[in-house]
Amino acid sequence: MLLRHTSSEVMERSALTINPAKTCQPIGAMYAALGLHNCLPHSHGSQGCCAYHRSTLTRHYKEPVMAATSSFTEGASVFGGQANLLQAITTIFGVYNPDVIAVHTTCLSETIGDDLVQIIAKARSEGKIPEGKHVIHCNTPSYQGSHVTGFASMTKAFVTYFADPQAEKTQAINIVPGWVEPSDMRELKALAKQMGVEVILYPDTSDVMDTPYTGKHDFYPKGGVTVERVQASGGSAATIGLGLSASSPAVEALQSKCAVPGTMLELPIGLQGTDRFIDTLHKLAGVEVPQEITDERGRLLDLISDMHQYVHGKRVALFGDPDQLVALTEFLTLLDMKPLYLVTGTPTPQFEARVRKALGGNTPEAKIKAGAQADMYLLHQWIKNEGVDLLIGNTYGKYIARDEDIPFLRFGFPILDRVGHSYFPSVGYKGAMRLVEKILSLFMDRQDRDALEERFELTM
Amino acid sequence: MSIDPRVVKDELIQIYPKKLRQKRSEQIVVTQKGEGGSVPEIKANVRTSPGIITQRGCTYAGCKGVVIGPSRDILSITHGPIGCAFYSWLTRRNQTRPATLEDPNYINYCLSTDMQEENIVFGGEKKLKAAIREAAQLFKPKAIALFSTCPVGLIGDDVHAVARELKEELGINIFGFSCEGYRGVSQSAGHHIANNGVFKNVVGLNETPHPEKFKVNVLGEYNIGGDGFVIEELLTRCGIKQISTFSGNSTYDTMANAHTADLNLIMCHRSINYVAEMMEKRFGIPWMKINFIGADATAKSLRRLGEYFEDDALKARIEEVIAEEQEKVSGIREAVKARCTGKTAMLFVGGSRAHHYQQLFKDIGMKVLAAGYEFGHRDDYEGRKVLPTVKVDADSKNIEEIDVVPDPVRFRPRRTAERIEQMEAMTEMEFRDYVGMMPEMDDDTLVIDDLSQHESDRLLEMYRPDIFCAGIKEKFGVQKMGIPCKQLHSYDYGGPYAGFRGAINFYKDIDRMVNMKYASFLTPPWAAQEKEAQQAAAD
Repeated sequence: MLLRHTSSEVMERSALTINPAKTCQPIGAMYAALGLHNCLPHSHGSQGCCAYHRSTLTRHYKEPVMAATSSFTEGASVFGGQANLLQAITTIFGVYNPDVIAVHTTCLSETIGDDLVQIIAKARSEGKIPEGKHVIHCNTPSYQGSHVTGFASMTKAFVTYFADPQAEKTQAINIVPGWVEPSDMRELKALAKQMGVEVILYPDTSDVMDTPYTGKHDFYPKGGVTVERVQASGGSAATIGLGLSASSPAVEALQSKCAVPGTMLELPIGLQGTDRFIDTLHKLAGVEVPQEITDERGRLLDLISDMHQYVHGKRVALFGDPDQLVALTEFLTLLDMKPLYLVTGTPTPQFEARVRKALGGNTPEAKIKAGAQADMYLLHQWIKNEGVDLLIGNTYGKYIARDEDIPFLRFGFPILDRVGHSYFPSVGYKGAMRLVEKILSLFMDRQDRDALEERFELTM
Repeated sequence: MSIDPRVVKDELIQIYPKKLRQKRSEQIVVTQKGEGGSVPEIKANVRTSPGIITQRGCTYAGCKGVVIGPSRDILSITHGPIGCAFYSWLTRRNQTRPATLEDPNYINYCLSTDMQEENIVFGGEKKLKAAIREAAQLFKPKAIALFSTCPVGLIGDDVHAVARELKEELGINIFGFSCEGYRGVSQSAGHHIANNGVFKNVVGLNETPHPEKFKVNVLGEYNIGGDGFVIEELLTRCGIKQISTFSGNSTYDTMANAHTADLNLIMCHRSINYVAEMMEKRFGIPWMKINFIGADATAKSLRRLGEYFEDDALKARIEEVIAEEQEKVSGIREAVKARCTGKTAMLFVGGSRAHHYQQLFKDIGMKVLAAGYEFGHRDDYEGRKVLPTVKVDADSKNIEEIDVVPDPVRFRPRRTAERIEQMEAMTEMEFRDYVGMMPEMDDDTLVIDDLSQHESDRLLEMYRPDIFCAGIKEKFGVQKMGIPCKQLHSYDYGGPYAGFRGAINFYKDIDRMVNMKYASFLTPPWAAQEKEAQQAAAD
């Protein structure tokens, strides 16, 4: 047994986290910054933070992740990191020549109390930031929030630094996609294009975290939203924010700074989420929904109707990030599955209310926990008490899945042992079809594996 | 290769600001052996300049991630915000194999105090104590190790005091490591801190005797990809008892028992030499650098054990094992060599692997063009003979040097000083020594310490080697260039690469990588046609 010390007896814990269902803020800020064109993320702290974040993102995407660090040593920790950051800014513009350096803080620089606004102003006044270049920042102490809130903070920093209240008013719609995969961002843009809506989407990691094999290492790949587009987003007609936890801060900032009205939706994962996204786009942009999209929706429903018997009533445990869990809960409920156990390490005040809303009165016995000690150890204990038919979460779930012999759907961040998430979307109707296909394959493979010889089915 | 490495060196550093250029010029050396095999001096184990994209990690990674993490029944609790524990959770592939289902195995667990803002403001000791009590209740471990992350040192939480208090209260061994990420210039500081902690708190606590005649520890072997299993199996076949490794597949009890061995074998000199020296001073156990990477290197290392134990039966068994294994290796090696001869490699990784793996490439006829360590020191490049001349800077001074004296009862020199001298004179054996990477490299190759992303990209453009060896952060950028990249930390999730069996695995993997077909499909047919048409028009 891989997790042989996990017992079914749940003991109340007040201090110890075991097998966390979250990681720290800075990695989220780094991922968001990769979605800005010609931008080098910069970690203001010890070298290890940057190395760990780059490694984790790289394992998830199998792509180069370029980011720099302030390389704190003991001296910087005593005297403050200003000298390190000033030197880093000079070196980065001189050697790596980005358009933007996106700095995020760490628990170290936050505990010291480095004032990023002041340091960046000093860099500018000392001429360390070349004409037309930018240094932006967000505060991401690791002792607050999680990787999700770090992502949200850097996305908001795009707005606070770049979105222009004086930008020319356009009919464009801003989309703040939340922490989703490059494949999802690509799909959201494709759906909008299909509907004939001009969108400004950011962060946008498509063509950054899914680049082709070309024989060349493009230090700054062609993807990512440009600074000009973020500036222009201040003049857009409206903003749609996807995923309340990851996108609300940026959408609110756009509204208050540039008076762009924002609509917040849960992630368009599954049928209902996608319905709301398409419908909102349709209303805000005043465009018709093309028949192709309606047909795609129909095909999703058709698939569900064809295979409903295999998913109906299945008990599911989920762990991961709040936005993903809420959207998945709603979709699984539509499939007549039972999302029973949900944990997210991300402190999320409205988490249970959002999940209950997504459940729509179904599965009232569901156990839901967010924040402190809402970890995979607890989830595993719940599973040990009353088993489930399916586990959904990031790669770390494979240890529970193997011990308990439960079908396992890899979903979320990080996925370290399978590919596909960066190439094939899970948003939109097509994404929902992919999810259904994956869930079906898991159940049907299991049935094929376990069936008595006389019950081994040719057609399913 | 017609490229002048001196020109390459200038090319690599010309973009840097002046001071940085100067510093890097001392960290990039063109090898050239002088009189008596002397090698040029290299600057190493110095700070990475802020803003440089480096391979390096932090002190916590070296302490918890590298040295202590692989031991399966020391329960590790990371004291800090969640990230550090999360990122060091199972990511280093330290395989471990408990003897029974009942034996403790904590390796798949990640424990953290998940410090929140109030713990930073009001102190985190209370939460740490509560976490230790909860962990003890749930896991019932023999030992708990506490690891400090960056903010812990700043706010003044005293993990050592907490460890002492809870050790008393719970009656189990609890010890702390001040391995805050900012403490050194790389992981290397963390190795040293881990060595100190293990020596002070673990080694010597288990007196279980062993009847075997030949007893060794294998230090600096972390059982990545199962390397440690291969080595232990080889030793066992030869009739040598492995008391403990530090620390792949180890347990608290084996490490506590390590002082009963009669010889310490060192694989990764950088990460573990400290504890070997301390064990020699306190218990009288000599240490020897060996290398189980490469078939010939493995054979040589095994033969040294025969010489050390001065036993003819042992020597004969060792020869039998070598003969048996080399026969399996040679056919495959020759076949792979035929396909790989003349191809080129670069290795930039770790603190020993960039040296050890050069031998494997030479075995199959490949040439090493450039190499360097991520966190090595001068002695890892130039050999321990330079130690007396190494300047100890502020970044190294803040790491404790333990003053070790002989144990009044248990100090027992396994070999007299005279005998060791005789052995050194009569055989190829060297005790307490490591010759380093550079003496074993060809002239006019490049040695680069703490390679930056910019240097790596330029180096690859200029040389276009057939394979590049590094880590996960470098891998995919290299591969975009059409050059395969072998990860030498994680082995690309393969291995083992140690011993004879491991050498076969490595030869096959390299053969597969340098002879892959996909890179020749870079240009789509339409682009090729266009190019041809342009060429024709130009002609």
